[in-house]
Amino acid sequence: MISRIYVTEKGKVNFLYSYLLSHNFSREEILKIASALTNPILEEFSIDKFPDVGHPTSFTYAIEIGFKPGVTDNIAHTVKETIGDLLHLKENSFAVYTSKIYLIYKKIDRTGAEKIAFSLHNPLIERANIFNAKEIKKTKSLPDDVPEVFLKKSDLVIKIPLGLEDMELEKIGREGIMDDTNTRRGPLALDLPSMKAIRSYFSKKNRDPNDIEIEALAQTWSEHCKHTIFANPIDDIKDGLYKTYIKGATNEIRKKKGRNDFCVSVFSDNAGGIIFDKNYLITHKVETHNSPSALDPFGGAITGIVGVNRDTIGFGLGAKPVANTYGFCFGNPNDKKEYFKDKNLKQKMLLPKRIMEGVIKGINVGGNCSGIPTLSGFIKFDDRYRAKPMVFAGTVGLLPRKIGKKLLHEKKAETGGYIVVVGGRVGLDGIHGATFSSVAIDSNSPTSAVQIGDPITQKKLSDAIVKEARDMNLYNSITDNGAGGLSCSVAEMAKECGGAKVFLEKVPLKYPGLRPWEIWISESQERMTLSVPKKKWKRFYNLMQSRGVEAAVIGEFTNSGKVIVKYKGKVIMDIDMEFLHNGLPKHHLTTQPIIRTHLEPKILKHGSLTGILEKLLGKNNLRGFSFISEQYDHEVQASSVLKPLSGRGRINTDAQVFRPVLSSNRGVVLSEALYPSYSDINTYHMAACALDTAVRNAICAGGTMSHLALLDNFCWYSSNDPTRLAELKDAVKACYDYAVGYGTPFISGKDSMFNDFKGYDSKGDPVAISIPPTLLISAIGVMPDFYKAVSPEFKNTGDVIYLLGETYDELGGSEYYKMFGFVGNNVPKVNLEKNLKTYLALEKAIKKELIASAISVASGGLGITLAKACIGGMLGCNVSFAKVAKCCQSKALATSTEVKLFSESQGRILVSVSPKNIKQFEKTCIGVSYANYAKLGEVSRDGKVIITEGRNKIVETSVKKLHDIYHRFSKNI
Amino acid sequence: MKIKNKKKPRIIIMSGYGLNCEEETKFAFDWAGGSADIVHINDLIKKPKMLKEYQIMVFPGGFSYGDDTGSGKAYANKFKNHLSKELEEFLSHDTLLIGICNGFQIITNLGIVPGALTYNKNGKYIDRWVDLKPVGKSPWLKGIKNISLPIAHGEGRYIKEKKVKNLAVAFKYTKGEIYDFQNLESNPNGSESDIAGVLAYNGRVLGLMPHPERAMFFHQSPLWQTKKQKSRKIPKGGMSLQIFKNAINYFDKREAREGVISLTASESMSKHRNRYFKQ
Repeated sequence: MISRIYVTEKGKVNFLYSYLLSHNFSREEILKIASALTNPILEEFSIDKFPDVGHPTSFTYAIEIGFKPGVTDNIAHTVKETIGDLLHLKENSFAVYTSKIYLIYKKIDRTGAEKIAFSLHNPLIERANIFNAKEIKKTKSLPDDVPEVFLKKSDLVIKIPLGLEDMELEKIGREGIMDDTNTRRGPLALDLPSMKAIRSYFSKKNRDPNDIEIEALAQTWSEHCKHTIFANPIDDIKDGLYKTYIKGATNEIRKKKGRNDFCVSVFSDNAGGIIFDKNYLITHKVETHNSPSALDPFGGAITGIVGVNRDTIGFGLGAKPVANTYGFCFGNPNDKKEYFKDKNLKQKMLLPKRIMEGVIKGINVGGNCSGIPTLSGFIKFDDRYRAKPMVFAGTVGLLPRKIGKKLLHEKKAETGGYIVVVGGRVGLDGIHGATFSSVAIDSNSPTSAVQIGDPITQKKLSDAIVKEARDMNLYNSITDNGAGGLSCSVAEMAKECGGAKVFLEKVPLKYPGLRPWEIWISESQERMTLSVPKKKWKRFYNLMQSRGVEAAVIGEFTNSGKVIVKYKGKVIMDIDMEFLHNGLPKHHLTTQPIIRTHLEPKILKHGSLTGILEKLLGKNNLRGFSFISEQYDHEVQASSVLKPLSGRGRINTDAQVFRPVLSSNRGVVLSEALYPSYSDINTYHMAACALDTAVRNAICAGGTMSHLALLDNFCWYSSNDPTRLAELKDAVKACYDYAVGYGTPFISGKDSMFNDFKGYDSKGDPVAISIPPTLLISAIGVMPDFYKAVSPEFKNTGDVIYLLGETYDELGGSEYYKMFGFVGNNVPKVNLEKNLKTYLALEKAIKKELIASAISVASGGLGITLAKACIGGMLGCNVSFAKVAKCCQSKALATSTEVKLFSESQGRILVSVSPKNIKQFEKTCIGVSYANYAKLGEVSRDGKVIITEGRNKIVETSVKKLHDIYHRFSKNI
Repeated sequence: MKIKNKKKPRIIIMSGYGLNCEEETKFAFDWAGGSADIVHINDLIKKPKMLKEYQIMVFPGGFSYGDDTGSGKAYANKFKNHLSKELEEFLSHDTLLIGICNGFQIITNLGIVPGALTYNKNGKYIDRWVDLKPVGKSPWLKGIKNISLPIAHGEGRYIKEKKVKNLAVAFKYTKGEIYDFQNLESNPNGSESDIAGVLAYNGRVLGLMPHPERAMFFHQSPLWQTKKQKSRKIPKGGMSLQIFKNAINYFDKREAREGVISLTASESMSKHRNRYFKQ
């Protein structure tokens, strides 16, 4: 039987909830169910009859939005559980499908309704049904079409002979295995040498590979999993970029630090772990989820954040997520140009505004529902993120160092232990996610690559693991099921003991009919794989059961040196571990250096500098984004110390501080930085500036140089091109130079190397859009006493304002040049030696509590930084730029007023100091052998922001006006 | 689960299915002098008698069932379907109960406090601080003057129940320190009559949208950096610690006052409870 329950809010109705039930319940039971789904104070229900809504004016159209068959319907899960409890059912022999029905009151025709429907749903994962009001009057209810999944049974396993011509072999690698329906299964992202390696492996074994074997190799060998570009030898760098420069930097720093080394588990686990105190470790990991977010912004972003949460839960024996971070790079939200994936203009790419809204919402739901504070984040805009947005999602975790004698950051799957999967079930969602994100987006991009996250399923799983099972010592290894699904997680864990044997039919499925290869590589969300000793299985299972978490044994860890997969008694995959993990042929990459030069900007006379400063402050990369910070819960877990918004005027902070252990005064400081626009000039300096800024931001808030670690996220484009690789090499080299120089080790990183879009414009002409090389550097530090933390805004009238560091003519790639349409050439360069001294001096001053406010000078230069410090405190300032250039004798120092206002020279910090602390502060700054400071002026009471140079007033405005400009975008969105 | 200190009032904090503020809420009650246990709803369903060992019950904040079908509804349904008798029994004694944020939404759906909570007037989830004015009489509110706490919710607009006369309001959104500081709307979700929290059972039950456990420390306030500049010595405790202390004091003082339990000990009272009260 099928029944539909409609639930509406009382009063004017704009939408209804619909619960479609396929069941054997009595009328009375259905009534009971409907009551349970209705809050009688707010809502009413109606069964099998479209409710009498829309009075006094009737609606014209009703648009029903529901999920496509097979897409995770979280609400339906909850309803099923409620019904099961309500009727005390032991088994669920019924199905629930939920949808939301929007009522349109405007007088429109069907085309109009279709347009609205399109804006309300994402056809990739959702279906929209449009009903005319008259139709509904006639039929009394909406049709009872149940979106059930029917999978056509076809050959479960097919053999793939590889004795083919190169071209055909290449085609399989690029477009996928030919299915029995004569369609390609989607990209494997295996190049010809890889395909040939697979062929020769199986010809030695005297057999053709099965489809599942090729699919599994493609997952394990993917750029996404193996990071081939960072791992392969490049030019004369034999060990590759990662080993030489990233890991190399960390090793060197650790050695130098000796007993003060705070790294515990770096680059070997799902996240990087450092010492927090004698009892805890703190972990950090930042992921990108770019490709999925381009196709389904909400789903892509939510899976991004809950996915990186799992990296934390999968660190060691399970760290507790204690903070989330995010970062967005979007196209201009006003850009309305349409692009298509295909030549026939059928597959339209989403507009930047739609992507922005969906992504912001995805992080909202993912973070808020999981009870993890979303503390730290940024939003950047550049037209080149139009087709592929950058979506960064990070999670900080907390892990006790020991339980008894057992070190919790160590794990080892044991031979004979059960392979256990916990959490969500497996469906067709997320097939080819890992290989898909390793190639550019074009019309071959699979639609099934999209997944929907369910934060609550994961929250239950997370609580059961990190708050209970871990401390009960019920398992000895754990990892996340992310890219590549089981194929990667099991193969990865099998390394710890030397092999694995899997019985695929034991994997819990969302619906019947999945083929073995699909089960093996599906990226269905919210799953972890564990190694559970046989004798502990029962306790483990009972615990999971009582926490509402599904757990199943799917195989056993072995020491056979092989990964063997059986399906219903038949061996369908049998690959040596050695080949699986190390069989990928090495490529020797070569680079070709490139020098980019741009027109030297000539900025014509243009109104007042006050006007320019105000205009610049309103630019999308400099204005505030309180609308994002405010919709992300950043205070859950009660750990908040320095918030994402600070001061009277609520400016976005560049660094945040929190307290992960409520009984300890130790704080964790987070910050991040990126300068994609500098990549247009020089990627070495781009990377140096990002690193310098991330470090500086952390120090400004009260972090210490001696306990600060870094994370890298490289997002590149066309990474097969030797010039792109040269730029990459430069950037990685800078990471090495500056990390070693500052003594700040890298502890984790991730890359996404092909952020290209190849498609068509609305005329059908080919278009290629690639992102600017983007490197996000995140910093995480531990401070011994968070009560010493310093926020960025001015605090008190009469406080003295200082600028630390030097200002050069470095407007290249600046926001100022960008406003006038220029790039320029004089990109900021980082003077490591000088900056280090400045930072150490500041650190000392903060430790002595001499500083009232500290804010890092970054994008937009000193002018924008002054404006932000004023807005934050809602106080004015009276400063003179006369001394800005006089602090040093160097030749290239700032000359013109514009340079002083807008140059983005690194290593600078704007601080304010209470008059009573001036003497000591100045002494502290001079005390170190070298640290420049210039006294600029004072914080003023009248709210006037005045900057003078000699006798000239170069800027004169009010903090109120600046506040309105800074917050305008957030207010109006 | 052992009683660490028999003298301390015992607090049961519900967890599971997406509730997520249980740990910090436990910290607050423990810090205030109580002995709090976090108990998964399924464990309570398995051993419902356990509830008799506690004097204070807490539905903490969170996102139970991801707000699916309406905030608090599904968790309340689960509770109702398994534990309604036990809850009734718990409330029939001189006990205290608090529902915070999602916990407030749950206890409105359970029907133990009047009214309902629905989408904020602007339809957006919001996390920021607000000012509150206590208006009702309740053990929870003793000595509380105007206070500032953070809210973090998408469904916090309070709707009054028509049939309820003499609604006992606990807190109203008002203009205070935070308003003066950041000049933001005082009632950000559009609650009827500015209601932020309500009372029931003679003030023994408190439901509120703002999060007192997120204001137990001084450093949690958005004003702490500004205040720190004004005075060198800053306190550790925040404005809301008193709410938790009030709950603990209610039992500590009652014990001192009454010596021996004067409540008619119902037959079903557990040994633990008797032991606690009769010492």
